[in-house]
Amino acid sequence: MATLIRAEHLVKNFPVKGNLVDSFTKKRLAVHAVDDVSFDIAEGEVLGLAGESGSGKSTTGRLLIRLIELTSGRVDYRGDDITTYSTREFEALREKMQIVFQDPVSSLSPRMSVGEAIGHPLLIHKMGSRRERPGMVLDIMNKVGLAPAEYLYRKYPHQLSGGQSQRVVLARALVTRPDFLVADEPIAMADVSVRALIMQLMRDLKEEMGLTYLFITHDLATAKYLCDRIAIMYLGRIVEITAKDELFSHPHHPYTKALLDAVPVPDPRVSKERDLPAGEIPSAIRPPSGCHFHPRCRFAMPACSEGRPPLKEVAPGHFSACILD
Amino acid sequence: MPDSANEPILDIRDLSIIYPISIGTVHAVQDVTLSLYKGEVLGIVGESGCGKSTLGLSILKLMKPPGRISSGSILYKGTDILGMDDRALLDMRGRNIAMIFQNPLTSLDPLMSVERHFIEAIQVHEPHTGVAECIERAKKILSDLGIEGNRLKEYPYQLSGGMRQRIMIGLALILHPDILLADEPTTALDVIVEAGFTELLIRLHELYSLTVVLISHNLGLVAQMADRIAVMYGGRLVELATVNQIFEKPLHPYTQGLMNCVPNILLEQKELNAMPGSPPDLVGEPKSCPFAPRCPKAMDICRSRVPPLKDYGGRQTACWLYEGGV
Repeated sequence: MATLIRAEHLVKNFPVKGNLVDSFTKKRLAVHAVDDVSFDIAEGEVLGLAGESGSGKSTTGRLLIRLIELTSGRVDYRGDDITTYSTREFEALREKMQIVFQDPVSSLSPRMSVGEAIGHPLLIHKMGSRRERPGMVLDIMNKVGLAPAEYLYRKYPHQLSGGQSQRVVLARALVTRPDFLVADEPIAMADVSVRALIMQLMRDLKEEMGLTYLFITHDLATAKYLCDRIAIMYLGRIVEITAKDELFSHPHHPYTKALLDAVPVPDPRVSKERDLPAGEIPSAIRPPSGCHFHPRCRFAMPACSEGRPPLKEVAPGHFSACILD
Repeated sequence: MPDSANEPILDIRDLSIIYPISIGTVHAVQDVTLSLYKGEVLGIVGESGCGKSTLGLSILKLMKPPGRISSGSILYKGTDILGMDDRALLDMRGRNIAMIFQNPLTSLDPLMSVERHFIEAIQVHEPHTGVAECIERAKKILSDLGIEGNRLKEYPYQLSGGMRQRIMIGLALILHPDILLADEPTTALDVIVEAGFTELLIRLHELYSLTVVLISHNLGLVAQMADRIAVMYGGRLVELATVNQIFEKPLHPYTQGLMNCVPNILLEQKELNAMPGSPPDLVGEPKSCPFAPRCPKAMDICRSRVPPLKDYGGRQTACWLYEGGV
């Protein structure tokens, strides 16, 4: 399959104000949110990006669609380097690359009706005439299961349930008929029953509209259901990336194994022998040297603190960044 | 585990909680009868808006106005909590029954060191305890939580999320209460930290011989910890059974629906059986089973009468399907 998105050596640093001592020593501090990340996404594929909070997965998603600008690296869309595009050139492409955020309620303006909100991207991208737009909006509302569409068209966000709000946000992202969608934890705030519905809907829409997703999540059980390939991130780096089944059957990186171990299983008969890593994800301002995971890793050796382990192909299409590999 | 010879430590009887609002009365909790036995972990599950947090808060009589208890009683070792005056309530909270909440950051005072939190928690109940003794006790409990004693001097902003939640549970346990109410204790935590916290909670449960009420929408967490599970829907208790009974053979269609829509990492799931619709808004007196509009097995009677909670050989459910037995 053709490559839709190619990310090469993505780097994003967010400068931060240091303390007094740092300012005297003229040390420039930065959050190393994304630290040399490369991957590609084939057309029609769902790539999952999983990791704990602070691993840089949301920043990576935003970089792909230039919601924030790269410190260095490049992003290709259908073989074209979009990081060289001017703002105006990129605006024209935005209708093809959309994003859905975690919290549907704060993503919607309380003063815009459902119809206005979903129709707004059409207005911005000058798609359809004033007459055609309501029809286009109703059409996408039906696709995402906002029924009865004519009735909900005039409703305001406060009149919607959580599941409906999430559908409105999806409809707004899909109304311009994009081919690439970044879904940034779209179900993290939803109730269990809503989660299952939205996951099913996203899977159906992908088939129906020929979509490609970057699916950002901290929940590997969800990723298992929805994704084709999964990349595991830790402190700004991809530590393992491979096909979904391969990841769950043959996890390589100690961090991936820890994540898999930690997932709660909804079955009381399963009692997992866990070997959880100590502590929590450290600050990305002064990340540990070498392999970022080494202070928490139970296999750590002295060599782990020296030099970044490269992503090595441990099986066809299966890459892991650990010196044990 | 519940034992018929064992007196319940907490006995909730016919509890109803209402919120009078401009458009009517919200029946947040309705006719809930539930016993908690010494030493058990009782999980309360359900979607948001099903009344599980309100039920938890009512045990400490902490509902926010205009919410009030319209009927029923909550007996703690034979004394009705709802009949207690403010002084008695203050004395009971923390000392006999303690609670931890979802977000540890908003539960800690940013201007107070960890040490101050512990001193305050102890001195509220035991005003004559000296600072040195308080610190000694705090250090001891921190070691049970796997936190170094020098952390006592730090402030909440210096602690990670998992550390804050452990401090919260330390504060809850410092006076050795019998009952710990945990309302979504891991929702704000990352998955690895959550797993560690769950293990800690299981250890503390034994170490402090606690009785735990675990309120959560996370069925994975409840499956690992609970002895019994109470499923709430629309403010009502719709099913109550042991954790194995619930996971092996859920009776109520709502419980079945909940089980089906949770992805399980150990299974190859091609489809999740999502439950369409959303929970009822609870305004007004219900005339039917609250789950009937979403229930795939709804019958005529479900839409005209509320099913009572009935006993079926040691487990309970409120569903018309089982009129003739299970």
